Amino acid sequence: MMTIFGIPAQALFGQLLLGLINGAFYAMLSLGLALIFGLLNIINFSHGALYMMGAFVAWLLLTVLGAGYWTALVVAPLLVAVFGMIIERTMLCRLYKLDHLYGLLLTFGLALVIEGVFRQLYGISGMPYAVPKELAGGWNLGFMYLPIYRAWVVMASMVLCLGSWLLIEKTKLGAYLRAATENATLVQAFGINVPVMITLTYGFGVALAAIAGVLAAPIYSVNPLMGSNLIIVVFAVVVIGGMGSILGAIVTGFLLGLVEGLTKVFYPEAASTVIFVVMAIVLLIKPAGLFGKRS
Amino acid sequence: MITKRLLLGAAALALSAGAAQAQYSDNKVKIGVLTDLSGTYSDLAGSGSVEAAKMAVEDFGGKLNGIAIEVVSADHQNKADIASSVARKWYENEGVDAIFDLVTTAAAVAVREVSREKGKIDINSGAASTVLTNAQCSPTGFHWTYDTYALAVGTGNAVVKQGGDSWFFLTADYAFGHDLQAQTERVVKASGGKVLGAVKHPFPNADFSSFLLQAQSSGAKIIGLANAGSDTINAIKQAKEFGITQGGQKLAGMLVFLSDVHSLGLETAQGMQMTTGYYWDMDDSSRAFAKKFGERMKGKMPTMVQAGVYSSVMHYLKAAAAAKTDDGVKVADEMRKLPINDFFAKNGKLRADGRMVHDMFLVEVKKPSESKGPWDYYKVLRTIPGDEAYKPLAESACPALMKK
Repeated sequence: MMTIFGIPAQALFGQLLLGLINGAFYAMLSLGLALIFGLLNIINFSHGALYMMGAFVAWLLLTVLGAGYWTALVVAPLLVAVFGMIIERTMLCRLYKLDHLYGLLLTFGLALVIEGVFRQLYGISGMPYAVPKELAGGWNLGFMYLPIYRAWVVMASMVLCLGSWLLIEKTKLGAYLRAATENATLVQAFGINVPVMITLTYGFGVALAAIAGVLAAPIYSVNPLMGSNLIIVVFAVVVIGGMGSILGAIVTGFLLGLVEGLTKVFYPEAASTVIFVVMAIVLLIKPAGLFGKRS
Repeated sequence: MITKRLLLGAAALALSAGAAQAQYSDNKVKIGVLTDLSGTYSDLAGSGSVEAAKMAVEDFGGKLNGIAIEVVSADHQNKADIASSVARKWYENEGVDAIFDLVTTAAAVAVREVSREKGKIDINSGAASTVLTNAQCSPTGFHWTYDTYALAVGTGNAVVKQGGDSWFFLTADYAFGHDLQAQTERVVKASGGKVLGAVKHPFPNADFSSFLLQAQSSGAKIIGLANAGSDTINAIKQAKEFGITQGGQKLAGMLVFLSDVHSLGLETAQGMQMTTGYYWDMDDSSRAFAKKFGERMKGKMPTMVQAGVYSSVMHYLKAAAAAKTDDGVKVADEMRKLPINDFFAKNGKLRADGRMVHDMFLVEVKKPSESKGPWDYYKVLRTIPGDEAYKPLAESACPALMKK
């Protein structure tokens, strides 16, 4: 059998595929973060908590209303997005003119409050959430067993990421958004309601986090801290990709999933730190990040 | 010269008189519950442990030889430095006489050092490592509910006997995980099994698919989970997703709490075997405690850690009443003399190394069809006698014992 660095090639393919799946989550979350940072200038530290909310709302919909996975996939992001937009309208909008640090502190505080409330209500161990029947089971690919649900996660993530990228880079709405980032006053002078657009953008970024949360619910333990464990890694992804770069966030998300996947095979102990090592190296060589325009 | 002798005599008299009167310092017995109130272990210990301690005090009658009993609690956030500074503050400034629960080994060891230095009592229910009754043993320190040795003996032996003779470990990469893996490896090899490999995963870790795949390709019959809390939950959830359990390999959760099973749901957790020090649905006395506990904890049933806190607080109070003092060394001596007979332990005894030896139970998680309702999760397969479950005293590495 062919081996690569002492690992059978087939096993390696399996691990690469798994890395890609994890990368799908990183990509979805870092895309939302990059979007919010690019347009609102806010480092949204509550992103992890909103991701957790997505998963929890899905669980609540199931246990309280009996609504299944597919309903949750649509309803949960909408509900969480509305929650996000209320936050934006009532709190975040006051901070745009101030230093990044204020937004970071506020959203970090919000994350702690949201997580605290869920912990108080539902405890820490998490809630069960089954894989939907339609996506249960798996395919034997020869080199590994691929659960259908994981394939669905990668596919959904890729479609979402590609869709968001097209929306922002190729449509008129996207052009308005990008123009508003450059010069909000001027865009407003053309008769475009910039504050509403910003609120909707924040809502969209939050919805992406919530969708990732719903997608994660059947795989990971649905618990109040599930987001805080992830958010630091996702931030590193955004920094490596280049703050505010949409494409950078997506590509880096998938790429770092792969890097992490390989680390789990060759030196598992370092799996939780490898992304930060990459971040340090990238910042040394290219301070603006891989896809960043300015330094 | 005479005056000097007189003074000395008077001083000695004053001291002894003082000791006779103030048997209970501050005229109060103060119990501290130091635990994880907000983090990973807050469901299996946490506020449930605090509530259990309060229940024990109430059931004891609220007073000890006419002296008031008070319960205080604090969150150590699973951090050793916070744990030791709270313990020091409690002992030095706030008149706390004994500290309970102490989930997480790092925090437990930090508090053990302070307690030993101050001659105060610490009774551990939540932490797992055997270090507490070996290198870190103390004349006033006890380990109540379970330890890694007992978990390994209980689950390891049972699984090998059922034919699970080749193992692969997924181990949390910190002291507790390493300890648990080492203890289990020893048991597996002693009963004729072999260990094919292990992978140390970061703590905490959300995605186990990569490690599970490595375990799968090892061909081992048993995948031993030497981790706890959300790590164990995620590993079990994903093992099902990746068809590992359906493919004939079995999971052995080395440390799984009732709260973990509740979180996983029976559909996912069914068939798993593990070792526990207490299950609520054993007999009338264990059910009675659980019912009262549930009424105060939004219907939750107690974990073995929480039940152990109740049992250990009760035993401490009995000993402090019998010894007529709250002096740590004297109460500890009394605690070793008294047998432990309650809903938690039958004929439990405290050994010189601080180990509370009591029966453990090998349980299996029920199928959804077998469960009659919420929290009806385990069937008890076997009672493991205390002397078999715990490391023999002769093998203890407790320095105080080795000197003798």
